[in-house]
Amino acid sequence: MLQTTQESFPGSDSTDFPVTAETRKRVLIEIEKILPVEAVIKEQSERRVYESDGLSAHKCLPWLVVLPDTTAQVQKIVKICAEHRVPVVARGAGTGLSGGAMPHKDGVLLSLARFNRILSVDTNNLSAVVQPGVTNLGISEYVRSEGLYYAPDPSSQIACTIGGNVAENAGGVHCLKYGLTVHNILKIELVTAQGSLLTIGSDALDSPGYDLLALLTGSEGMLGIIVEVTVKLLPAPADVRLIMAAFKSTRQASDVVGDIIAHGIIPAGLELMDKLAVEAAEAFVNAGYPLDAEALLLCELDGYKDEVDSNCDEIMSMLSTNGAYELRIASSETERLNLWKGRKSAFPAVGRLAPDYLCMDGTIPRHNLADALDKIAALSSEYGLRIANVFHAGDGNLHPLILYDANNPGELERAEELGGEILGMCVSLGGTITGEHGVGIEKINQMCVQFTELELSHFHGVKSAFDPTGILNPGKAVPTLRRCAEFGAMHVHVGEEKFPELDRF
Amino acid sequence: MMSEEKWQDTSSQLIETVSDAYHHNKQLNITGGGSKSFLGSPGTSVEDSIITTSHCGVLLYEPKELVLQARCGTPIAEIEKLLSDEAQMLGFEPPHFGDCATVGGAVASGLSGPMRPYAGAARDFVLGVNLINGKGEQISFGGRVMKNVAGYDVSRLMVGAMGTLGLIMDVSLKVIPLPRHEITCCFEMQPDAALNKMLGLSRVSLPVTGTCYFDHMLYVRLAGNEASVRAARKSLGGEEYDQGKLFWRNLRDQDMNFYSQEDIWRLSVSPSTPIDTGTPYLIEWGGAQRWYQRLDREKAEQLAENGSGHATLFRTSSSEAARFHPLSPELAEIHKRLKYAFDPGRVFNPGRMYADI
Repeated sequence: MLQTTQESFPGSDSTDFPVTAETRKRVLIEIEKILPVEAVIKEQSERRVYESDGLSAHKCLPWLVVLPDTTAQVQKIVKICAEHRVPVVARGAGTGLSGGAMPHKDGVLLSLARFNRILSVDTNNLSAVVQPGVTNLGISEYVRSEGLYYAPDPSSQIACTIGGNVAENAGGVHCLKYGLTVHNILKIELVTAQGSLLTIGSDALDSPGYDLLALLTGSEGMLGIIVEVTVKLLPAPADVRLIMAAFKSTRQASDVVGDIIAHGIIPAGLELMDKLAVEAAEAFVNAGYPLDAEALLLCELDGYKDEVDSNCDEIMSMLSTNGAYELRIASSETERLNLWKGRKSAFPAVGRLAPDYLCMDGTIPRHNLADALDKIAALSSEYGLRIANVFHAGDGNLHPLILYDANNPGELERAEELGGEILGMCVSLGGTITGEHGVGIEKINQMCVQFTELELSHFHGVKSAFDPTGILNPGKAVPTLRRCAEFGAMHVHVGEEKFPELDRF
Repeated sequence: MMSEEKWQDTSSQLIETVSDAYHHNKQLNITGGGSKSFLGSPGTSVEDSIITTSHCGVLLYEPKELVLQARCGTPIAEIEKLLSDEAQMLGFEPPHFGDCATVGGAVASGLSGPMRPYAGAARDFVLGVNLINGKGEQISFGGRVMKNVAGYDVSRLMVGAMGTLGLIMDVSLKVIPLPRHEITCCFEMQPDAALNKMLGLSRVSLPVTGTCYFDHMLYVRLAGNEASVRAARKSLGGEEYDQGKLFWRNLRDQDMNFYSQEDIWRLSVSPSTPIDTGTPYLIEWGGAQRWYQRLDREKAEQLAENGSGHATLFRTSSSEAARFHPLSPELAEIHKRLKYAFDPGRVFNPGRMYADI
């Protein structure tokens, strides 16, 4: 059995980056020439702050942390690192859930926290130019007085930064209607692995040549460092209405999701929470959820007022004829926000039920939702680990939260093994191992399940087109073929009845 | 409607043809229905074509999932018929430019119709692709689910790559509900006022799905449920235009006299860019897409750059002219390396996009 420890993946091995003491000394001298003293963090205790991102189960102390505040500084740092072949890992707010910003032990952790300004807002063209360290919610708050907002809204939007959103192609509860980050940005400024500055995308709706903006979005810091983002803004909808529907079974709630969408209405958000998640959220924020529900559906409609009115009527009647035993329309903005607050704080709420949890992110075709939830419940009993489900039902994007206690020997490993089984199931149902959180280091082994060696080698080709020496975020997102060989070749073909033996996870 | 018996899987022949070309240093023009053969440079004279029309058929269509997967040679018209039977549509309103247009060509060219600024571009609706790379190997990226961030987004990279990175064997697309009601309003206006009106329409939450300014007339398409369209129509004013459906279809397919001129430039610009009225023009996409007759290259590129965008020589009688806006040296270098990663022997459509791709 192969354990997933950070030491085991190529790229974190010091042999892959032979950074000698002499190299470190020279790199440090050069970096200190371009950054002020307080922007270079050498003390171990201060570097400790950066040793993990939102995936705290995986930690690694970086050799050096830098906090540049100009593009020119970032370019110079990358040039120095490229010359000495020292790894560079970019980091925003560190809220990512897949370990994409976990540092490299021989590398420079480049924090973009100081790139925190909104540079301009263009109300004619509905766009804003922002630095990567601006928070997701910060953009919407800044343009609210203009009647505009930035659509993608990951649950961590109060803290997560737009640079990280682009790197991970973040989604959120409203991406059913408004799309992911890739659908909502126009342009990025990118510092390449060679330290030059590239503009990808444009202020128009498309660009000449290949769609590099799409390729860069979700590339997990592997292809370049984003130093500026032009986001698309939308007019705030004239009317918003949130429906809460309680069900006595998760199957009923799951099945109605497909019915709503097939009916020709795309809600702004369509979210499902199971009993454990509802209880946790209710205890945490008093959202007003019915505690006797086996499943709770939140369905938000927005748009032009008359449209919302008639869609709301249609959906209400569909819900009530399909098993919703309690139906509520938020009667005020306060109530609407409170109902959302329960959903958006479900992760930390569930986090209070156990010392640790792992959040999975597999996505499946919607019609398999009910079966997948049954399967997850069966796996939960089999492993003796509780699982709460709170997820983007409209997108088929599951978020099983596996509860465990890292202090119990072997429990983290068991939780990871269980998570691996869930992801294997997602792939065999025709889905994917990650819908919006990214691969990072967390799901790097499962990449060998989803893709063939040949496909992975094309990813390596893309990587080397941008970063031939491989200094940017090494060891993340795309496994080496050697790693997959060690993990065991086990590409899962879509539609296979049984998924392969997964006991090697 | 083509019967299902005519649907066939010719992937093994396609793979063999590509593999053979790669091993014998031959080059191939990828050809679907040929409706977009005018797009891009003829490039170096490639004699051999690989015809994709025989590889056709809808592999999967699940209205409840809003997903459709089709082989590259499937005619778009067939797909649209299938979708409309379920009150759904392709959200990017792909231009046909002919009855024979295929879905493979629609995705490879990456073109989108009048709905683009309001619903999204071709690339926004692509969920996954099965490809043949330049060595004749079969690879698959993305999938059939709405959200997928595993690995680099190779599926979207294929959209608009003009076939230069791989032969798209089949593609999975997100589809959208067909609006239940649609009307077109028109307004006689001067260019500056029309542009301002288009910009204003983007700033409010109205069910607008198309805008076009041509020959002193601004056309606005409203679509959605009946209640919202009726209410929007009331607040918008203007004259109701009863030939709306035909108008938008002809606009989408460039089936208008305006496009029959010898050289047509497409400028993709920031929407608020002031309108240059020096030569005949047509404006779409809320100001973001502009078509011009009788521009010289220098002027076209200048206008595009003034609008922070780019220019394409979309239609021309010249076989020599470069068609796409030049790339910076750094970007050109990345393009070359990506080409190498997918098609190291430069088998597919050499020179169709840029001379060295």
